[in-house]
Amino acid sequence: MLYSVIGYYSLILGLCFSLILIYFSIINFRNSKILDTKILSFTFLQFFFVIISFLCLVLSFVFSDFSNETVFNNSHTTKPLFYKIAGTWGNHEGSLLLWLFVLTLFILIFFLRSKNQPIKYKILTLVFQQIIIIGFFVFLIMTSNPFNYIYPTPEEGLGLNPILQDPALVIHPPILYLGYVGSSIIFSSVLAATTLNMISKNWASHIKKWVLISWFFLTIGILLGSIWAYYELGWGGFWFWDPVENVSLMPWLALTTLLHCILVLEKKLILTSWVIILSITTFLLSMSGTFLVRSGILNSVHTFASDPQRGLFILIFLFSLIFLSLFIFFFFHKNNENNLSSFFWLSKETAIIINNWFMMYFLSVVLIGTIYPIFLDVLSSQKISVGPPFYHKLIIPFLIPFLLIMAIGPKLKWIRSNLENKIYLISLLVISILLSYLIVKNFEYNFLINSILISSALYLFFMNLRDFFIQKYQNISQNISHFGFSLLILSILFNNLFSTEVITNLKVGETFESSKTKIIFENVSQRTGKNYESIIGNFSIQNSKGKVENFLPELRIYNQPNIVTSEADIKTTLISDKFIVINLVQNQDYFNIRYQVKPFMIWIWLSVVLISFGGLISLLKKKYEK
Amino acid sequence: MYGRKVKLRFLFIAIAFITLILSAFLVLKSLEENVIYFQSPSEIKLLSELDKKKIRIGGMVKKNSISITANEVKFIITDFKNEINVTYTGAVPNLFAEEKGVVAEGFLKDKNFFSATKILAKHDENYMPPEVKAALKEN
Repeated sequence: MLYSVIGYYSLILGLCFSLILIYFSIINFRNSKILDTKILSFTFLQFFFVIISFLCLVLSFVFSDFSNETVFNNSHTTKPLFYKIAGTWGNHEGSLLLWLFVLTLFILIFFLRSKNQPIKYKILTLVFQQIIIIGFFVFLIMTSNPFNYIYPTPEEGLGLNPILQDPALVIHPPILYLGYVGSSIIFSSVLAATTLNMISKNWASHIKKWVLISWFFLTIGILLGSIWAYYELGWGGFWFWDPVENVSLMPWLALTTLLHCILVLEKKLILTSWVIILSITTFLLSMSGTFLVRSGILNSVHTFASDPQRGLFILIFLFSLIFLSLFIFFFFHKNNENNLSSFFWLSKETAIIINNWFMMYFLSVVLIGTIYPIFLDVLSSQKISVGPPFYHKLIIPFLIPFLLIMAIGPKLKWIRSNLENKIYLISLLVISILLSYLIVKNFEYNFLINSILISSALYLFFMNLRDFFIQKYQNISQNISHFGFSLLILSILFNNLFSTEVITNLKVGETFESSKTKIIFENVSQRTGKNYESIIGNFSIQNSKGKVENFLPELRIYNQPNIVTSEADIKTTLISDKFIVINLVQNQDYFNIRYQVKPFMIWIWLSVVLISFGGLISLLKKKYEK
Repeated sequence: MYGRKVKLRFLFIAIAFITLILSAFLVLKSLEENVIYFQSPSEIKLLSELDKKKIRIGGMVKKNSISITANEVKFIITDFKNEINVTYTGAVPNLFAEEKGVVAEGFLKDKNFFSATKILAKHDENYMPPEVKAALKEN
C-alpha cells in the first residue's frame, strides 16, 4: 500500500521535473555560455525519483502486496523470490516503468560522458529526450499505471505465467531495453545535431559510442530471447519468425545499418541524410516494438495478452514523434557533405552502401510480414498469418550477394580501390565452392541454392579467418563480428540441413524403433518443486552407433496459474544438441514425445556472442585511444 | 551535357527506384503464395470448393473427442455450430486439452476431415486465440 503511494507520487514528481527541465533548457539555450548546473541536478533528481518509483514496484512484488493491481495480476506468494523480482518487468506496466528508468539513466550518462560537446547541442538533446520521457510518463500515469489499487485486497495473486519463470527471461527484457532505449539517445542527438547543423566527423565518432552500446545490448538481448525460446517452448527451434521476435529484429537491422553508415560518415562525411533517417527509424522501431509486444496488438504464439485500448495513445505519440522528426529533417537539414565527385565504384563505401540496400530490403520484408496481417484484419477483418516460408523465400536468395560483398568489402580501400595482388580472393573462393560441394553433394532437393549459399558463407568465413591470422588490417572488431556472422549463417544452414526429428506417442514401458534411433520409455517419477509438481520421464535413447544415453525430460504442473509446461532435456556437445521433450495429452496413457538431434546448435549461440563481442571491442578500443 | 555529379545522382535515384519496384513485386508475390488464411468449421461448411492451400482452423476441442495412438492424435474442433475431424501427427503443445481453444494448421481432405501439420501453442490458461474468440462470438 505504502509503496504504491510513494511509487505513484514519485512518478508524478518525475513528470514535473521533465517540465521544469524543459523550461530551464529554453532559458539556458538562449544564454548558453555555460551549462546551467540546475539542469544537471534536475536531471539527476528526475532519475532519482524514477528509481524510487521503480524500487517501490520491486518492493511491492517482493512483499507480495496484492492491493497493487499489477502485483495481483502477475505474482503469487509461493513464487520464488527471484521470480517475484523478475515479475516487475514481466508485464506491460512494469516493463514501461523499466523503459522510463533506462531513459532517464541514459540521459544522465549522456551528460556525464559528453563533456567536450557544445553546450547548445547537449541542451537540445536533453529537450528531445525529455519529450520522449514526458510521453512515457503520461502514457504510464494515464493508461498503464503500475500502482493501481484493488480494494478489498485479494488474499492471493494470479501468478506469473510459468513459461516466463526462467533465468534467461529474467534478464532478457532489461538487456533488450538497454538496446532499445540506447537508440533514444541516438534519436535525440541526431535531431539536436540536425537542428544545429553540426553533423560532422567529430559528431559521428561521438555518437558512434552510443550506437555501439545499444547495438551490443540489442544483440545480446535478442540472443537471450532466442535461447529461451529454444529450450522453453519445446519446439527445438531458435527463430520462428513470430511477430514478437520480428519486432526486435527490425530495430537490430536498422541499427546495424546505422552502425556501418556512421563509420562511413566518420571517415568521409557522406551519407548524412541517410544517417539521420536511420537513427530516427531505429528509435521508432524500438519504441513501437515494445508497445506492440506488451499491448497485445500482435497475435503471437508467445502471447502476453492484455487489452489493446492503449493503442490510440501509442499511435498519437508515435505519429507526433514521426512528425517532429520529419519537420526537423526537412527544415533544418542542410547538406554540407563532401563532394560526390570523388566517388568510385570499387571502394569500401560502395560496398557498405550496397549492403545497406540489402539490409533495408530485409527490414522491409520483415516489416511487411509482421504488420500486413494487422492491416488486413483492420481493413477486411480477414484473419491471416504469414509463415516462415514467406521470409525464407524472400531473404535467403539475397543473402548470397550480401555475404560476398561482406567478404570483399572490408578488403577495399576508402574512395578508390583496385583488385591487384589479390590472388587469394579467387583461390579462397574456389576452395569454398569445392568444400560446399563436398558437403551438400548427397542432397537431392535444393541442391543449387544450398551449395551456393554455403559457398558464400564459407568464403566470408575463410576471408576473415585469413585476416585474423595475417593481421594486415588493424580492424580487429570488424574482423571478429564478420567472422561471427559467417559462423552464424553456416551453423544455421548446417543445423537446418542435418537436423533429424522423431515424433511419436508412447506409453510407459514402450519402445520406439527406427533405423537410426531406438527410444525406450523406461518409467516415470514424480517430484515436488516450490510452486509446481513435476512428472519426470526416464528415457534411454540408442543411436545408430549403439551408444545409449539417458534423458530425463520433465512436465511441470504449476499451481498458480494452473499451467503445464514442458522442460526439455538437452544434451549439448560441440557437434550437436540432443533434445527431448514430452507432453501428456489429457486423460490418456500416451505421452507425446519429440526427440531431435540438432547439429551445431551451440555454434549458433557462440557466433552471436562473437558478433556482439566485436562491437564491444570497438567500443573499448575507442575509449582506450582517447 | 550534365556533369558527373548530376549523372551520379540520377543513377542513384534510378537504382533506388528499380530496387524498390523489384522488391515490392517480390514481396507481394511471395505474400500471395505464403499467406495462411484462418477459417472456422462453419466457414468451411460454407465453402463451395475445397481449398488446396494450407489453412488454419480454430475453435474448441470437443469434449471426449481426443483419441491417441502410437502414430497420431485425433480430435474434433468445434465452434458449437459445426465441427470438423482432425488427424495430426506431430508434437502436441502443453495447453492442448479438451474444451480449450485450439488452432490447427494443415490441409483439408474434405469438408469433414482435416489433416493437421501443426498445432499451435498458446501459453496462457485464460488466453484464447483472437480468431477463436471472434469465431465463437459470431455464433
